[in-house]
Amino acid sequence: MTKEATGLTLWVQGIGLVGPGLTSWASAREVLAGTRPHVSAPTVLAPPLRLPPAERRRAGAAVKLALAIADEAVAQAGIDPATLATVFASSSGEGINCHALCETLATPAPMVSPTRFTNSVHNAAAGCWHIAVASRAASTSLCAHDGSFGAGLLEAATSVRLSGEPMLLVASDSPYPEPLHATRPLPDHFGCALLLAPAPNAHTLASFTLTLDTSGDAATACDSASLDALRRAIPAAAALPLLAALAGAPLHAPLVIDYLPQLRLRIALA
Amino acid sequence: MTPLAITASTLTSALGAGRAATLAALRAQRTGLAPLRFESLPLATWTGEVDGVDDVALPAGTAEFECRNNRLAWLGLQQDGFRDAVEAARARWGAGRIGVFLGTSTSGLLETEHAYRRRRPDGALPDDFRYGPTQNTYSLGAFVARALGLTGPAWVVSTACSSSAKVFGNAARLIEAGLIDAAVVGGVDSLCLTTLYGFNSLELLSGDICRPWDAARNGLSIGEAAAFALVERDTAAPQGWLLGVGESNDGHHMSTPHPEGLGAIAAMRAALADAGLQAHDIDYINLHGTATPSNDAAEDHAVAQVFGTATPCSSTKGATGHTLGAAGGVEALIAMLAIENDLMPAGLNRREPDPSLVLNYLTDNRTAPVRRVLSNSFGFGGSNASLVLGGVR
Repeated sequence: MTKEATGLTLWVQGIGLVGPGLTSWASAREVLAGTRPHVSAPTVLAPPLRLPPAERRRAGAAVKLALAIADEAVAQAGIDPATLATVFASSSGEGINCHALCETLATPAPMVSPTRFTNSVHNAAAGCWHIAVASRAASTSLCAHDGSFGAGLLEAATSVRLSGEPMLLVASDSPYPEPLHATRPLPDHFGCALLLAPAPNAHTLASFTLTLDTSGDAATACDSASLDALRRAIPAAAALPLLAALAGAPLHAPLVIDYLPQLRLRIALA
Repeated sequence: MTPLAITASTLTSALGAGRAATLAALRAQRTGLAPLRFESLPLATWTGEVDGVDDVALPAGTAEFECRNNRLAWLGLQQDGFRDAVEAARARWGAGRIGVFLGTSTSGLLETEHAYRRRRPDGALPDDFRYGPTQNTYSLGAFVARALGLTGPAWVVSTACSSSAKVFGNAARLIEAGLIDAAVVGGVDSLCLTTLYGFNSLELLSGDICRPWDAARNGLSIGEAAAFALVERDTAAPQGWLLGVGESNDGHHMSTPHPEGLGAIAAMRAALADAGLQAHDIDYINLHGTATPSNDAAEDHAVAQVFGTATPCSSTKGATGHTLGAAGGVEALIAMLAIENDLMPAGLNRREPDPSLVLNYLTDNRTAPVRRVLSNSFGFGGSNASLVLGGVR
């Protein structure tokens, strides 16, 4: 017998955000709510202060991005990250790293950098985060190409409901350099992190219920044309309509987030 | 967890295509490893290459996914009546109620490596290079969903060498939550330059055949494989059961396991707890057993902490090679073969026992009742997963 899902209800206890013209969740709330215009500017990545100096020097853009947004979300939730399970969703890993490896491997006698190889795994950011916060909690790194945010949200939501424990979702994408950029044109870095919990507490910012949507309804667009351009161009920025709603932007219709071609996520805010 | 029915499965590796060929090789204690032939690379190592991958023709409507990894996936999907089993599940549950959760580490990256050798004078990649359906990590998931006509939730887990063990957990959770009724899980990884030269750069590739648990073990042999299982909410005729999933992180180092295996211990204990079982309920342990000095030492210590030293165990990577993102799936399905045939497969290639390793490591096949198996998969980034599988109850 098919078991019908009733929807996955989650409480948001922290949000992290970095993207073009969006320097943090705290500083971008008014932009997302629509009370201040979005002024696009290249994404600035802060050094990952949680990492020891040697790892900090080696950290590429994807690691810096993921750790920055993870930190912002965890700080708001006032939670000990050493006990926190994580889901890292990304369409790709460290683009510059991948390019450098492929360039080297195209030479007649390749001398591959062991550091580059180690950091080429899709779970490099997750590994760095768990090392940085000394966490042995479970972590999944996954990819669904343009639907990676939706996949990560679904995995995190399901895990939170079943485990009864909070979880950190980190969705982020960094661009490839040329020549890969021409074949996968991500315009800039974008990432958002959500600290999701199975019940409210003093840190709760909002609550929503997630269901699968096979209606064929298009994903909700952002009111701001420049934010909507990001939403359509960067997989992790599929989260923008949800972030806007969490920031207080008015909703004109049910909130629908892009995931797979035939499957979207419907989100009802409490 | 509620035990989850495994209703069909198939695996293709250097041991052969399908379950019967794999079982025959395990019974014969035959390795699929051979000195590297792949692309005639100038690396002194052994690999577990699957024969005939590049002769595989992808099914109609999937031409954009052409790459070695998806060819290997399709070769695997055609064995053991697996597609028929998925078709029956699709008729029963509906295409949108079946998920696709697969693991890979390098997906179709070989296509990109080749494309970088054919860059145009202006540096651009050749016009025939397609990023999304080949290099992207999700290529495998998109291809398998398309080839099997499945439209439920899908993603690809890429946590290095634990990837295709962890997908069993994804499927179990989404079924438990009522979002789907069935899922195709497993993993596919194929030989490529990045992993061969990469592990070589870390001095983790053996120049010899890999020798798990040997005193002189000096690294791994890379293999390639496709492993798939169909899991369903309920079934009249299960092949076996997924009883427990345990996941953890080392939080220690990107490429070296925690020396005392603390993350591995956490994963094994979590899997036992998830299954509601005690250590003595496990009849055989399929080790991660890569044959690097540090993995086998840390894993030996970790398993001994959880199980003591009596439980029979072995690494089957001496037969298949380390199939990286496919290893968790391959070894879960070897565990199923072990259970169905009461066969504890030997760990091949060990010459001298390492006196510092204490586990009851099998170097010859043992025929004995196998009701439940624990399978370990540990990866770069400190990602650990342990599965508990059981026979028909």
